Amino acid sequence: MNGISGQDFILGCSAIGAGLAMIAGIGPGIGQGIAAGHAAAAVGRNPGAKSDITSTMLLGQAVAETTGLYGFAVAAILMFLKPFS
Amino acid sequence: MGGISLTGEPDFMIHGVHRFTMFGQELWITTTTIGMCITTIFILILAVIAHGKLKRATEVPGTVQNIVEYGAEMLEKMIGSVMGKNGGKFFNYIGTIFLFILFCNIGGLFGLRTPTADFGVTFTLGVFTFLIVNYQGIKNRKIRHFTSLFEPFPILFPINLIGEIANPISLSLRLFGNMVSGVILMGLWYGMMPIFVKIGIPSFLHVYCDLFSGAIQTYVFCMLTMVYVNDKME
Repeated sequence: MNGISGQDFILGCSAIGAGLAMIAGIGPGIGQGIAAGHAAAAVGRNPGAKSDITSTMLLGQAVAETTGLYGFAVAAILMFLKPFS
Repeated sequence: MGGISLTGEPDFMIHGVHRFTMFGQELWITTTTIGMCITTIFILILAVIAHGKLKRATEVPGTVQNIVEYGAEMLEKMIGSVMGKNGGKFFNYIGTIFLFILFCNIGGLFGLRTPTADFGVTFTLGVFTFLIVNYQGIKNRKIRHFTSLFEPFPILFPINLIGEIANPISLSLRLFGNMVSGVILMGLWYGMMPIFVKIGIPSFLHVYCDLFSGAIQTYVFCMLTMVYVNDKME
């Protein structure tokens, strides 16, 4: 541990924290995948309603994406704004 | 993007360009401001051209007239599908923010620092939505706008209140997060990759981060604004 100042230690811990925060990306990925899969099934069943289904799917996916973006915001703040150092 | 320098450190932050003081407050003109000004001027030029063409509209539309009519019809259809008969009143506002956000998002493709990758810009747009929603709520539902916070049980009031206040924040954070993730990705790619992958390959990233993501987020922002407003219309 010699030669590692408190500043460096905080910087390293911030990087680890940013990596952990991006675990939040798992949830939206699964959710968007499920939404896209069901939309594909719906188009297969009723090809005439393709545009309606697509717009509904995109809206739902964008809302589901929000939680992932919260995780991304935390990670970006930890990495680039360095609030603890 | 901010960081189109072919050598050196990754660069995707907002930079101050000019500093001035007003009422004892230190203010900055940043790269975001410049990007917004250029975008606004571009939209104004487009509007003048479209206006001039439509003044001399012909029975058989030419190229420019066709594009303008197609765009207006697309917007009209999008607004009508959500708001129905209330759509006419909000066509101006929704059309304006649609064009503004769309061109701001695409601006990253032309070397500007994407203006919507600044929380100040997106939060302002979110606050506009919040104000319109509450104005329409008070105008159309009178006292019921406030009593509906106590439904279905009065004990749920704090949760309902947080849900109302969280709307503009999540709306603006969604747009901001999507655009800033694109800016950071492109900045890192241009700043840290060896020189031979900076040619050609970034174009695919630009198509995804700027065009695809930007268009989707524009659509989602306008759609959610209309949904929130439409909830308060009856």
